Amino acid sequence: MNILSIFVLIPLLMMLGLWISRNLNQIRTVMVTGSTMLLALSIYLAAAYISMRNAGADAEMLFTDSISWYAPLDICYSVGVDGISVVMLLLSSIIVFTGTFASWKLQPLTKEYFLWYTLLSLGVFGFFISNDMFTMFMFYEVALIPMYLLIGVWGSGKKEYAAMKLTLMLMGGSAFLLIGILGIYYGAGAETMNILEIAQKHIPLEIQKIFFPVVFLGFGVLGALFPFHTWSPDGHASAPTAVSMLHAGVLMKLGGYGCFRIAMYLMPEGAQIWGDLFLILTTISVVYGALSAVVQTDLKYINAYSSVSHCGLVLFALLMMTKVSATGAILQMLSHGLMTAMFFALIGMIYCRTHTRDIRELRGLMKIMPFLAVGYIIAGLANLGLPGFSGFVAEMTVFTGSFQNADLFHRICTIIATTSIVVTAVYILRVVGKILYGTCTNEEHLKLTDATWEERFTIICLVIAIAGLGLAPYWVNDLISNSVEPIISQLAVK
Amino acid sequence: MEFTILILVLPAICFPLLALFGMKMPHRVAGTIGTVAIGAVTILSYITALNYFGAGRTAEGIFPTLTPWNIRWLPFTETLHIDMGIMLDPISVMMLVVITTVSLMVHIYSFGYMKGEKGFQRYYAFLSLFTFSMLGLVVATNIFQMYIFWELVGVSSYLLIGFYYTKPEAIAASKKAFIVTRFADLGFLIGILLYGYYMQTFTFTPAADQLMKAGMILPWALGLMFVGGAGKSAMFPLHIWLPDAMEGPTPVSALIHAATMVVAGVYLVARMFPLFIGFAPETLHVVAYVGAFTAFYAATVACVQSDIKRVLAFSTISQIGFMMVALGVCTSMDPHEGGLGYMAGMFHLFTHAMFKALLFLGAGCIIHAVHSNEMSTMGGLRKYMPVTHITFLIACLAIAGIWPLSGFFSKDEILAACFAFSPVMGWIMTAIAGMTAFYMFRLYYCIFWGKENTELHKEHVPHESPLTMTVPLMILAAITIVAGWILPFGHFVSSDGKAYDIHIDTGVAAISLVVALFAIGLATYMYARSSQPLADSLARRFSGLHKAAYRRFYLDEIWLFVTKKIIFNCISTPIAWFDRHVIDNFMNMLAAGTQACGTLIRPVQTGKIQTYTIWFFAGIIILTVILLLAL
Repeated sequence: MNILSIFVLIPLLMMLGLWISRNLNQIRTVMVTGSTMLLALSIYLAAAYISMRNAGADAEMLFTDSISWYAPLDICYSVGVDGISVVMLLLSSIIVFTGTFASWKLQPLTKEYFLWYTLLSLGVFGFFISNDMFTMFMFYEVALIPMYLLIGVWGSGKKEYAAMKLTLMLMGGSAFLLIGILGIYYGAGAETMNILEIAQKHIPLEIQKIFFPVVFLGFGVLGALFPFHTWSPDGHASAPTAVSMLHAGVLMKLGGYGCFRIAMYLMPEGAQIWGDLFLILTTISVVYGALSAVVQTDLKYINAYSSVSHCGLVLFALLMMTKVSATGAILQMLSHGLMTAMFFALIGMIYCRTHTRDIRELRGLMKIMPFLAVGYIIAGLANLGLPGFSGFVAEMTVFTGSFQNADLFHRICTIIATTSIVVTAVYILRVVGKILYGTCTNEEHLKLTDATWEERFTIICLVIAIAGLGLAPYWVNDLISNSVEPIISQLAVK
Repeated sequence: MEFTILILVLPAICFPLLALFGMKMPHRVAGTIGTVAIGAVTILSYITALNYFGAGRTAEGIFPTLTPWNIRWLPFTETLHIDMGIMLDPISVMMLVVITTVSLMVHIYSFGYMKGEKGFQRYYAFLSLFTFSMLGLVVATNIFQMYIFWELVGVSSYLLIGFYYTKPEAIAASKKAFIVTRFADLGFLIGILLYGYYMQTFTFTPAADQLMKAGMILPWALGLMFVGGAGKSAMFPLHIWLPDAMEGPTPVSALIHAATMVVAGVYLVARMFPLFIGFAPETLHVVAYVGAFTAFYAATVACVQSDIKRVLAFSTISQIGFMMVALGVCTSMDPHEGGLGYMAGMFHLFTHAMFKALLFLGAGCIIHAVHSNEMSTMGGLRKYMPVTHITFLIACLAIAGIWPLSGFFSKDEILAACFAFSPVMGWIMTAIAGMTAFYMFRLYYCIFWGKENTELHKEHVPHESPLTMTVPLMILAAITIVAGWILPFGHFVSSDGKAYDIHIDTGVAAISLVVALFAIGLATYMYARSSQPLADSLARRFSGLHKAAYRRFYLDEIWLFVTKKIIFNCISTPIAWFDRHVIDNFMNMLAAGTQACGTLIRPVQTGKIQTYTIWFFAGIIILTVILLLAL
């Protein structure tokens, strides 16, 4: 059996295990075992991938496999990974693993919650291992549907509204995607759905012109592209902790990954034609998200807008179409995934103690829950791009890469985008100053306790990942930039 | 020189050690760990300096640039990559000595000053972090490494200013410091990226052909880098964070906001100096004018402040202005004349670090004794605190530029360089030097002489500080006295690396001495006695000016207006509103529209067979009519 299929198999087995679980302990055992196995598997995969590359394997995708499952449309279950997918799988498994601990005490309907949670992660893993457009699309849909229930049932606030909005908007995006995929399929001669094979063919320019924006928008909705980002603040604000983590941490990355792997890879000429327009939109996303975050009063809204800004930077870097900037985009996905997951985990932990996320009602948490407060500061500093954490590495790679486009238009966009690093500092420090520092006057809050062991464990895992990436970026950078090469060279050939 | 890596490694280990496990340690242990580590680093730095300067010059007569360590940390392309390493050249070795010396003094001093404070271990952890970052900054082998450590010193400064995190002023000050410097760093970053793109390297020595190709870009890139330097070095108008940063513990002010971090901008200009002088002399002039204006502005404000730390803060800003001017005025290509300003700037950086740290630590002792920063609570303290008094006086004389203290020599060189640039610049800077002497002695008299606040002192008798605090004062005072004499500074540090002989320009020296003595005399006349009629009447007569200067010419209000009113209320709030009410509403309208369509069509599906039948037959009739008509 192909090693990649295990990524789908484990969640399936976990769901089976959850189904037959009788009590909370069994559920936890299943979840912890399963997510640990996923984490171990993705680490093993990364190691195996690197050693194969070092041994001289120069195919674009490794560990490939293909089984036909609907011959009339040439749909195959084909899998394979390159460096980009490897790091995305690594990210997903870290988030699923820590998310399990973050929802340790979730009530009610624990079993059902974890069932949907596991299904969601199945979709995510399936998406990243697929090489076949249709299979990819299927896994994408598998990842979207559970989100509706997870937010609608276990969420908080205006949860039904948020769940509906999120699902409808993303579904709208996937309608575009389906059209786009079929357009690519027929444009490339209706012979194969396999991305690698289509990349060898040439899709006629007229077809690219029409279908590039369709596919890019379809994935862009998920990547919080302005002006299709409004599902994100409401959705994140209402979602339960681990779902926010998984959603902002991994699901939003599906958007960037899809844009790169399908839209830009298969339709490079379309990308050249439409690139400037979308670049303007992403530049707006970056600055607009950051500026919106400055005035928000709900912690989750602040992070949701910050995500709009940071995910905007991912698409921005991809559209800069240089090898360095694309590497930076992937690094930014990785880094943003980890940082946002950490933020949402912390906000969830604070919320479940104080029952408010309004920054005007929180004060002096440093004295009351020092561990969470220090965690929050670390997450904040990572988010504003402090050297030593992953955000810095990602942002600097993005900006250095973007600067290689020397024409005036790209330069102006780049300089506008760089201003976001100042605005980020403003909204992060505003929150830190307001809620963590000072003296708490709320009697109720003074009685609160600091993090429990599983919460500490979640945070520590994420900090290690963020700092690890920030301190020793060399190997990840190498892993990604080699895999970015074929896609970028496709774009460079006009 | 491979051992130099330890200079970075020791504090780098010390920080996580204290940060993670410090809370479980008793205060004394945590403090000792930090101090011992820094002590070891200090010794290593001295050994480095001895080895480096002792090894002598190369055949060309310059000190070699050594890079004992350099690893590729993050590769972008073949030529562009961020390296991490250690580079030793005269200025970085000099900075190693300055930083470790002041840092060690502050570590020792803090034992006494921070005794019993909650968060004592955290304080030492942050000090280690700061020392690590600052050392990493000065030994950087490339501009990007410098930027990385630049950001790290920024964050350690943020953490230390906000050390008393329950105090609203401290929170606001730390935030302000970080954001203002971050804003400046944006310029620095863009400068680096431009530099990297056009030079195809992040090292300090680009290839000659790239330099030729870059043309007008290089002055812009260097100018943008200077913006970053101006932010960190508190040049007008980006200086506004520094006075507020005094909310941090006083030893921190001594270390970060007087001696080391705030001169990073000067160091940056010095580091890029060969490029500045070779390709962007106009930019260098801008540096000089900005420096001169800042020096003047800060000196006027310092004359009227009542908080002793604020006076020192503005004095720091003014003195950094002097250093910038010194670097900026040497645009003559003649190595001898051109090199004077560079050498003088670096020399002043060295001497200023010592006596300004001394002043701040002395101020710390005073604040420790009277529990306030305000001058009104002091006066006549010379009786109670003899050691502090004498050392403070030495530092005041040094900063005023009185022979034979170190400040005299460095300031004299700066003035000589200014006169060589243009007589106007020379006279302006001499006048500002006079103002320096005046406000420093105003400070001195108001603290140690003047009118004693007897009521307060009766209640709580001021006392001399413990030995842990006074010993660093004495050591720094000793350095301040001898630093001008011990060694010919120009032999070690000069713009082109060749030995440079310092000549005391007797004319300039005489002028500056006379001006300084006159200013001191004026300050004595105005402030030494218990009643101060002249000062009071001047303040009354020019009350508008006095108030404006006291409020720092309302620059903070302007900044507050820009940030609060314009950015927060006029940009972000409308954007957030737009997002919720326009974009999001559009999506909601879309949903509502779909729903409305559904509602509109729904009545058709009544479920009654009769209705369906009517429509069915109506359809048949219409179709038949159409067909008949068509036929």
